[in-house]
Amino acid sequence: MRSFTSRVDRDLKLYHWMKLTREFEDRVSRLHAQNRILGGVYSGRGQEAVAVGCCADLEPADVIFPLHRDLGAMLVKGVDPGRLMAQLLGKETGLSRGKDSFLHGGDPAHGVFGGTSMLGATLPVACGTALAMKLRRDPHVAVAFFGEGASSRGDVHEAMNFAAVHALPVVFVCENNRYAYSTPQALQMAIEDVADRAAAYGMKGMVSGGNDLGAVLETMARAVRRAREGLGPTLVELKTYRYRGHSEHDPARYRGEEELIQWTSRDPIPRWETYLALRGHDVEKVRGETESEVAQLVDDALAFAEASPDPEPQEALEDLYATPLDVAPSAVPAGSEAAASYPP
Amino acid sequence: MPTATYIQAINLALKEEMRRDPDVFVMGEDVAALGGAFKATDGILEEFGPARILDTPISEALIVGAGVGAAVQGLRPVVEMQFMDFAACGFDQIVNMAATARYRHGGALDVPLVIRGPSGGGVHGALFHSQDPEAWFTRVPGLKVVAPSTAADARGLLKAAIRDDDPVIFLEHKRLYRSVKEELPEEQEPEPLGRARLARAGSDISIVTYGGTVPLCLEAADRLAAEGVETEVVDLRTLLPLDRDAVRRTVAKTGKLLVVHEDRQTGGLGGEIVAWTVEHCWDLLDAPPQRVTALDCHTPFAPALEAYVLPGTDEIADAARRLAAY
Ligand SMILES: Cc1ncc(C[n+]2csc(CCOP(=O)(O)OP(=O)(O)O)c2C)c(N)n1
Repeated sequence: MRSFTSRVDRDLKLYHWMKLTREFEDRVSRLHAQNRILGGVYSGRGQEAVAVGCCADLEPADVIFPLHRDLGAMLVKGVDPGRLMAQLLGKETGLSRGKDSFLHGGDPAHGVFGGTSMLGATLPVACGTALAMKLRRDPHVAVAFFGEGASSRGDVHEAMNFAAVHALPVVFVCENNRYAYSTPQALQMAIEDVADRAAAYGMKGMVSGGNDLGAVLETMARAVRRAREGLGPTLVELKTYRYRGHSEHDPARYRGEEELIQWTSRDPIPRWETYLALRGHDVEKVRGETESEVAQLVDDALAFAEASPDPEPQEALEDLYATPLDVAPSAVPAGSEAAASYPP
Repeated sequence: MPTATYIQAINLALKEEMRRDPDVFVMGEDVAALGGAFKATDGILEEFGPARILDTPISEALIVGAGVGAAVQGLRPVVEMQFMDFAACGFDQIVNMAATARYRHGGALDVPLVIRGPSGGGVHGALFHSQDPEAWFTRVPGLKVVAPSTAADARGLLKAAIRDDDPVIFLEHKRLYRSVKEELPEEQEPEPLGRARLARAGSDISIVTYGGTVPLCLEAADRLAAEGVETEVVDLRTLLPLDRDAVRRTVAKTGKLLVVHEDRQTGGLGGEIVAWTVEHCWDLLDAPPQRVTALDCHTPFAPALEAYVLPGTDEIADAARRLAAY
């Protein structure tokens, strides 16, 4: 397991990560409003306990497959905040070196596989990674995140079925935030719990409150332990809620204020503060210190990202293949020196 | 080594690579106990055991996606599409997941994955067991596409594909599986991807082709030789990346280009080859480049229909004759 020096250390780090995630995402939302970030921004505000709780106890060589709202999961997994911010700004120092936007860049060195936009498509990939771990008797696990909306896709079915057949060390985490863009869960499926489907695959299913960090940690610990012990995959469903729209352009008028108030009252951060207070921490003090820490980290990340160079235009043709192909011949501009000498 | 068919050469290459590298493993539908619908993976389960070859459910997205996941974790999976037509069911995982993985990770990932299987018509496989899907993939950066026409190339190119660090689509023309038979050397090195092969030297006209139409073009070249026309036949072997230099060299020699493929005409690779030749080798041309391809139609079942739609030796010879006389 990840080395925390003590329970106190772990409790405070968990708090730090949730606060860092919220600060980072809020800053990203502001940057977007100021037109300083191009492309779509998908805030996971309100879902911090899921992102943090699912990854906090993972080992560095466990591989996660985050979805578009899992910025926090990447931070907990050890992705450098500066590189992550640079990724969002399309900079040379970003995870994908400017090639793709937002959370599609992965960080293999920290066990983070970057997905595509295609919802649910990382679940088959996570199965392959888990299969490789199993075949090599490598005791690590793959953790794949998906939304309750994505659960309607065929890839999800194919992946879960295969994982169960081969008892793969994979945990499927369904972040059920009740909406897929504007579509409520009731129009996505006729069941209440996505985890009900686990039984049909012959897989363990677990449902837990996703805004309760303690519950997330405990549920994930059970699922990850099963995977590590060779007992196969688990479908973990975490009930949560996104506060902001689907993306920053979305005012989310399709849902009621009452619902938002109800869920905001179950915010994961004050809840963890209550826990810390019961553990005897001076919460005012911890909050103050943590807030200045995370603000500084995000300031530094942003400063790094903004000071980073844009990629050079011709770098668009890099990273396509292990050994670069000569793509020039079909693209020799008429009148260029190369065109004049062609054919040689 | 005794003679081997095209499919035996594929089987041989798989086993040789699996013996050489413990990270190579095979996954697909009915590949293990059955040895594959066409027996490409025959005997692998017996020799290497169940940890190296896996029967999967009928889940093409899973097969390709899990191939990507195992590849980025350091294995070298070779996954089979029972028929290449079914790659359509795993299309997203091929063109969006596998092909962009290196790019969207800023170069920090290798994806040593081979997606192989039977393609092509002429065996009355009907609409969904006859397609030539190469052009679905040849315009996708990040992929490589290989289509051998001889047993030696099937063996050498498959070895190279397995050792390659990028995803490779490996198209085996099913009509060649048992119709092509050759003497193979005892030992054979991988055949580098991206290089065409001179299948027949000639000085009057050039035919550029690949895969299932290579034997037809050679047959047409024989007929023309009897009429005094010397035909050069270039077998592209790899379709992405394309050996444009080989095209230029043969056009420089003959000045007359005929591109032949079994795939349909519109949007097929022939269009790209002709366009590139016109753009870059205009001064070398003595005649307008021509194409012989399938008609822009599905590949139908009834033998009379199928033969009408797919290109045959007669059409190739006719086109070559007209071009020679131009
Ligand atoms: C295959 C696919 N179809 C459609 C979309 C467009 N899209 C992006 S996010 C989204 C809703 C996703 O909902 P869910 O899976 O519940 O995740 P959430 O955004 O709620 O976290 C849609 C429809 C997509 N990215 N991929």
